[in-house]
Order: sequence, then structure tokens, then C-alpha cells
Amino acid sequence: MSTEAPVLKKKDFQSDQEVRWCPGCGDYAILSAVQAVFPTLGIPKEKFVVVSGIGCSSRFPYYMNTYGFHTIHGRAPAVATGLKMSRPDLEVWIATGDGDSMSIGGNHLIHVLRRNVGVKILMFNNRIYGLTKGQYSPTSEKGKRTKSTPMGSLDNPFNPLSLALGAGATFVARSVDVFQPHLKATLQRAAAHQGTAFIEIYQNCNIFNDHAFANVTDKPARTEQTVHLEHGKPVMFGKEKRRGLRLKGMELEVFDLVTEADEEKCLVWDENQNSPALAFAMSRVLPPEMPTPIGVFRAVERPSYESAVVSQIDQAIEAKGVGKLEDLIYSRDTWTVS
Amino acid sequence: MTSRVEDEKTSNPGASERLDDVVIRFAGDSGDGMQLTGTQFTNTSALLGNDLSTLPDFPAEIRAPAGTLPGVSAFQVRIADYDIHTPGDAPDVLIAMNPAALKKNIGELKPNGVVIVNTDEFTVRNFKKAKIEQDPLEDGSLDGYRLFKAQITTLTRRTLEDSGLDTKTVDRCKNFFALGMVYWLFSRPMENTEAWLHQKFARKPELAEANVKAMKAGWNFCDITQLFQVRYEVDPAQLPPGTYRNVHGNTSLALGLVAASRRSGLPLFLGAYPITPASDLLHELASHKTFGVTTFQAEDEIAAVCAAIGASFGGSLAITASSGPGIALKSEAMNLAMMVELPMVVCNIQRAGPSTGMPTKTEQSDLLQMMFGRNGEAPLPILAAASPKDCFAIGIEACRIALKYMVPVVILSDGYIASGSEPWRLPEIESLPDLRMDFRTDPENFAPYQREEDTLARPWAIPGTPGLEHRLGGIEKAEGSGNVSYDPANHAKMTWLREEKVARIANDIPPAEVDGEASGKLLILGWGSTEGALTGAVNLARRQGLTVSRLHLRHLNPFPANLGEVLAGFERVLLPEMNTGQLALLLRARYLKDIETFAKVEGRPFSRNEILEKIQQILEADSHVN
Repeated sequence: MSTEAPVLKKKDFQSDQEVRWCPGCGDYAILSAVQAVFPTLGIPKEKFVVVSGIGCSSRFPYYMNTYGFHTIHGRAPAVATGLKMSRPDLEVWIATGDGDSMSIGGNHLIHVLRRNVGVKILMFNNRIYGLTKGQYSPTSEKGKRTKSTPMGSLDNPFNPLSLALGAGATFVARSVDVFQPHLKATLQRAAAHQGTAFIEIYQNCNIFNDHAFANVTDKPARTEQTVHLEHGKPVMFGKEKRRGLRLKGMELEVFDLVTEADEEKCLVWDENQNSPALAFAMSRVLPPEMPTPIGVFRAVERPSYESAVVSQIDQAIEAKGVGKLEDLIYSRDTWTVS
Repeated sequence: MTSRVEDEKTSNPGASERLDDVVIRFAGDSGDGMQLTGTQFTNTSALLGNDLSTLPDFPAEIRAPAGTLPGVSAFQVRIADYDIHTPGDAPDVLIAMNPAALKKNIGELKPNGVVIVNTDEFTVRNFKKAKIEQDPLEDGSLDGYRLFKAQITTLTRRTLEDSGLDTKTVDRCKNFFALGMVYWLFSRPMENTEAWLHQKFARKPELAEANVKAMKAGWNFCDITQLFQVRYEVDPAQLPPGTYRNVHGNTSLALGLVAASRRSGLPLFLGAYPITPASDLLHELASHKTFGVTTFQAEDEIAAVCAAIGASFGGSLAITASSGPGIALKSEAMNLAMMVELPMVVCNIQRAGPSTGMPTKTEQSDLLQMMFGRNGEAPLPILAAASPKDCFAIGIEACRIALKYMVPVVILSDGYIASGSEPWRLPEIESLPDLRMDFRTDPENFAPYQREEDTLARPWAIPGTPGLEHRLGGIEKAEGSGNVSYDPANHAKMTWLREEKVARIANDIPPAEVDGEASGKLLILGWGSTEGALTGAVNLARRQGLTVSRLHLRHLNPFPANLGEVLAGFERVLLPEMNTGQLALLLRARYLKDIETFAKVEGRPFSRNEILEKIQQILEADSHVN
């Protein structure tokens, strides 16, 4: 099958629709990365389905030349769950934002994660409501002044990775719109995962929340304040790799690497741990006190929900044979009138 | 209870009386197993060939405090030797397992009716719980009835004293003692229930044995003590030839949906969230995995309908089911399905509203919700099932329309027919409609919103089909291409196309067919679960020499094409509805015809007599005027 499939290119995934995000929006970079990665996955184009909710990021399907479904606010995971359950052969990706997935659709997000449905969730986090023109979002920092919070927001923000890990997610990662190679590599990792893959993508909204991620993307923070998590490698950062993260009790702390031997004290990253505790601790590592970790926080194998659904049906059929309509209707106590 | 023939039966010294029609109500505490007892009596009567109709009536609380009035659970069954349409108005026989059950139900028992009580429960303590001042067995309040007393708890304990079971378990067998008594009274065999008990408790044979023993003890107790002095028999009904089974509305609807799946060749997908009285649909379909049925108990009502939409996009025959409050949550997603023109069936098993309302009580008050409860111009076809067995046919018909017209279709049922049951003449499988359809596969000139000329349906192009990649969404789409469009003329055109698509279904459904004269003085018009009461009342009225016609609607949107003409043929149209006049509102608006509403919003179905009296009133008043 894969040998016969035509070689796909990035442009095969570009739709004929004019992209209408604001100039300079981080969404362009994410779209470009996805369009670049899809042809590399060895999956026929017609098998891809991109599902979204409502918001700037949810316009995503219109720009992908695949099957697509722009659904309603917050409900993409639910629509995608029904689609993937009934059609496990499809490659289903969800494009969503912080408002769509964490506020109005919060319930569906935690449930798709706990079930481990085989869908990939791209959560564009810009920490603001863009399409409704600038209200604070569930990931906006406390005290944020917006049109709806003139004296500063009173809400504590969600930490999306903590939330996903708490919901039992089997694949959790973070990347950044402008870190193209990293983003593409992360998308590829997500594509290879069996169950639900959740990627938080820092995405700059240059109109309503510009520079929200300056402490990750600007120089020198890009090298000095960003930690690349790599499985099996010590967690070090900084241009000269002179700083590291180590465990102190239940929490992580930053320390300076002075001697060669200090490298031994660094935490060695293990994304496959059965317990999500360490990944959770890593999800709490955030500026201003700490650097920003990016990469794969957690990747564990569990059977996907849809495979379990199909297997129950197969088991039932194996045990009792394929149902016959006549037997079903005439099954219970019947009597005959002649 | 109407007695036809009296004869002396030889097997028993007591007299045996033949009845043609009897209504029995089992009432007790919700922990007493009255639903089970009633169901067993029903199934046995079905196997004997009686026509029957049932009405369960249980509290919303799973276990209200024992012995209290809110904790009373009742099951009414009517059996007859002729074709009946309702579970009956007033019971002829009442089994009251405690004082609360007696107090709550005695008012409806027919004069001189039979009342059987478990005297063990008639204690001062229980009177207090039931808020009864004096012992009703002693104070003369039951003088107008035939009272039969039995120490059911004591006798059950005595029967099972060697069983080795604890008292609590033994006491839970007392409903089968009572069932044994009623089996004796109505000359029913116990084998069916015995077999059922052995199957039900296959893993706990001691419980099966105890219940069988209790039931037989109840039977023997009546046989030996001649408690009743009389026994009744109800002959098999003369129903049309065929194979029958007793069926509940929710079961019948589930079977209809499975049948539609088979006849269309599409896998069935149900997205649902538990809600009374729709949950049984989920339970029933969850048990049919060998038919490739996928059921999804979602995290909420919204996810349930959205998952169904996703499955429909993928090419499944998608269903979602709920009751009014859940449907309210689904409305935005139903609108999405309407907008993207994907097939789906939405089952609303109505209950008494508004808000949480009375979850276990019936009503027909969601018609306007289904008709209008969405933003924008959002027409959906609406069908209503008329009886438990009709749910099967309605299920298939809804799927037919959904698949042919690429549209979400609403089915209205309600608690009364969902949990009520009646005999169902089983259809020949080959006689069921052929629902096979084709997905679009040809990429040549494909456009997702290109329409069939006659049905205006758009093509169903499912993911995985090469060359048909397209995007759906809730934003207005350009005609043909389906691309996002804010063009004013296009929006108007698409709005009218969606309207017209649903309107055209009128040409594809049976015309309204009047039972009786096609025109005249009075038409009794109905929809949904009132059919039984209306048919029964109209038949009775005719026997009294009154001329009255009857029409029952199963398609509520669009209406049958000839409906306006039919209505115009009658001087007066009476429309009994279990709401304040919702269908009447639609009909008046549509046909400018005066429709008289006969409203009932008590959480209970119409009785035949209520309708009959109304018919008599109208026809008598009219004859005075003339």
C-alpha cells in the first residue's frame, strides 16, 4: 500500500482557500509546520481529517487540503472521538486554542485524554481570546488587564500540561510556533503515538497579546531560559550548558554546573515513566523563577480507546457469531396467533 | 373488570368467572420489586395470548425512605381477550404491599374492586410513615371494595424458614409470594416465571429456588384457604395471525434502529448520556455488539451528540438519544448537523418538564423545542411514535429520511410508551424497507454542496475516499462548493434550500388517513403516545352511536401533504395533547384552521374516559345548538 502511494509534498496539503489570520500571527508558522510534516508520515492524504472548534486556531481545517470539520465551540474532541471510534483507519488531528479547549471545551478535553482516543491535539496557546477581540483566557496570567478585566483578571490560570497529565494523558509535549525544527519533530513524535497526543504550542498573538512568550522566544532567553527535554539525557540548559535541573524533594530546582561531576547531579529525563509525577513536576517549571521546558514530557503506551471498542465488538462476534436480524426480533418470548 | 360468562369450574370448588378485560395494579415500596412482579405477570399473560398494555409508575428517587408515600412504586397492566389500546383507566384489582401503597392508589380503584393487602405491614409505625391516622383495614374506609387480607411477610418467612437465607433476603421474596397469589386468582401458569427466575439467578440458585418457593406458596395459600372464593380467567385475544412478542417502546425503538442499520448496510453508532426515561435505549443497544453496534456513553449530552456527528461524518448510521433537558444541551450540535447536512437521528424520549420537571412522568411538551429550539432558521424533520410497537417502525422511517435527505431527523417518544409495553406482531424481515445508499466516490466534478435534483440532498463523501477531500463547518457555505461565504444572496438561497429540503419530504410520506368519515362534524386529532386513549375513546363513542372521526399524526414536520384539506373537512377539530396546545399552535399557524386544544399536563397519560366524555360533551352541545 505505502509503496504504491504517490509521494506527497507540502503543497498537496495546502487548500485553495485564502489564509485569513492577521499578518504576523503565530498560526501561520504552525500551519506551515503541519503542512510540512503530514507528507512525511507515509499516510495517504485522504486518510487525514482535521477537526477544530471555534476560535482563530479553529479556522485551521479550511487551510488544509484534507478532510476537515470546523465544528462548534469546544466540541472538537467529542466530534473527533465519534469519528475515530467509528473509523479507526483515519488519521484524526484536532486544532484548538486555549479558550476552546480549556474553557468552553474543558470537559471534552479531559475526557478524550482519559480515554486515550487515538487523536492528536494541537493546542495553540496564546493566552488570550483573539477572535472575540481580546478578552482574557483560562491561560492568561492572573492580574492580566484586558477589555473584560480592566482592573486585572482574578482567575488563576490553568497550566495546560499539568491539566493534561492530571487527566491521564499518555503523550504530552510543548513546542513553540517559531521553533520550526522543534515543532516539526514534536508533530512527528505525536503522529507516531498510539493514543491521544497533546501538544501545547506557544503561539504569539501579535494583535492582542504580543510578546506573551518573549521569555522563551527572544534572545537571549531562547538559549538561556529554554530547556530542551530529551529522553535519556541530562536536563541542562544555557548556551554553555552550565545550568541544570535536579530534584529536591518532590520539586525541581535549577543549579549551576561548576565541575564535570555536577553533570551527574542533573536529572536525566525519562519521558516513559509509568507514574506521571515527574512529568507533572516538570510541567510546573516555568518563568519567571525557572526556565521553560519544551519537548516531550510524557510518552507511555496504552491501548487506544478505539482499539478497545473494536475489540469488544470482535469478541462479541467471535463468541456469538454475527447477529441475525431475524433472531434479534424474534428472540424473546414469542407466541403465535393462527 | 367486565365479566362475560360465569361457569362452574370443576378443578376448584370456588366459582370461576370469565372476564374479557381486567386492569391490575401492583403497588408497593420502591424496594418491593413491584416493577418486576408486574412485568412477570405481563409476560405470562402475553404468552397466554391476551392483548395487553402496561403502565409502570415509579418515583424518581431510587430508594425513597421505605414505607413513605414518595417511595411508592406501581405497575399497572391491563389484559383482555380483545384488541385494547391503553393500560386502562381505573384498576379492577389492587395489590397493596404496604399502607402507603394503599393510600396512594385506593382512590383510583373501581367501586367494588378487589384489594389485596399485606397485613404484616399495617403497623402503627408504617401508618405514621404513610401519614395515616387510623388503620384503614379497620376504620371502614374500604367498605366499598372487596378486601382480601394476607400476612404476606409472615407467610413468606415461614415458607423459607429452612432456606438458610437471612431474613432480609427472605423478605425480598415476598413480591413473588404476592405474584403467586395473583397467578392463582387469574388462573395463570407459573412455569414461565419459574424458568425466568432460574435464568436470572443462574449463578445464585438458592435465590432462584427461594423465589420459586415463595411464588408457589402464594399460589397454594390461595388454593387451600379459598381466600378469594372466586377465580378469574381471561381468554386469548383474537389478534391478527402472526408471531407476537411483548415489547416496550425503548426496546422496540432500539430494534428499529438496529434493523435500519442492517437494511442500510451502515454500522450503527449511538452517542448517549444516561437520562430518564431514555437510558434503556442505550442499555438495549449496548447489548447488540454482534450487530456491529457501537455505543458511546459520553461525558455529557453535548459530547454524545457531537460524537454521533463525528461518526456520521465517517459514514456511520448515527444516533443520539436523550430527554428534554439533555436535548436542550444538544441543540447547538443538532444545528451543526443540520448546517453541515449530515444524516443523524435524534431521539427525544420526552418527560414532564420544564427544567428537571418530573423525570419519571410522561408529557408531550417538547414538540416546540424540537421544532424551534435552535438559533437561526433551522428546520428539522420530526416524527412521533404512537405506541410501544410503533417505535420500531418510526425508528426505521427516521433513518430512511435521514439517509435519503442528508438531514438530522427527530424522533419524539415519551416516558409512557418508552416504558409501557404491548404485544407486537413481528414483521417479516424481507418486508422491511431497503435503505441501501451509496457514498459519493467519483471525484469528477465533486462539490460537497451540490444537490440531488429531487431530494436536494448533498452527497455523502466520507473521509478516506481519494479525491473528495473537503471541509465542513457551521459557517454559512457557498452553494455548491461549500466554501465559507458571507454573501447576502447566497445566505438567503441556502436558507431557503434548507427549508425546501425538509418541506419536500411531505411528498415522500403517507398522506393523512382518517379513521372513520373523511369529513364531518368532529375530528379527534392526535399525535404520539395518545393514540391508545384516542382510539379507545373513539371506538366507545361509536358504539354509543356517535359519529366521530379520528386522525393520528406520525409526521409532525413536515405534515402530510393533504393535512390542510383533511382538517378543512371538519366543523370541529379536537386535539388532546399532554401539553398546553403545542401541535394546535403549529396547525393554526400553518392552516389558519381553528383547532380546539384539550390539554393535560399532569405527568400522566389521558384516560380513555376523559377523551370519551369530551367527545360526548362536544357532540351533545352541538346537537342542542342545532
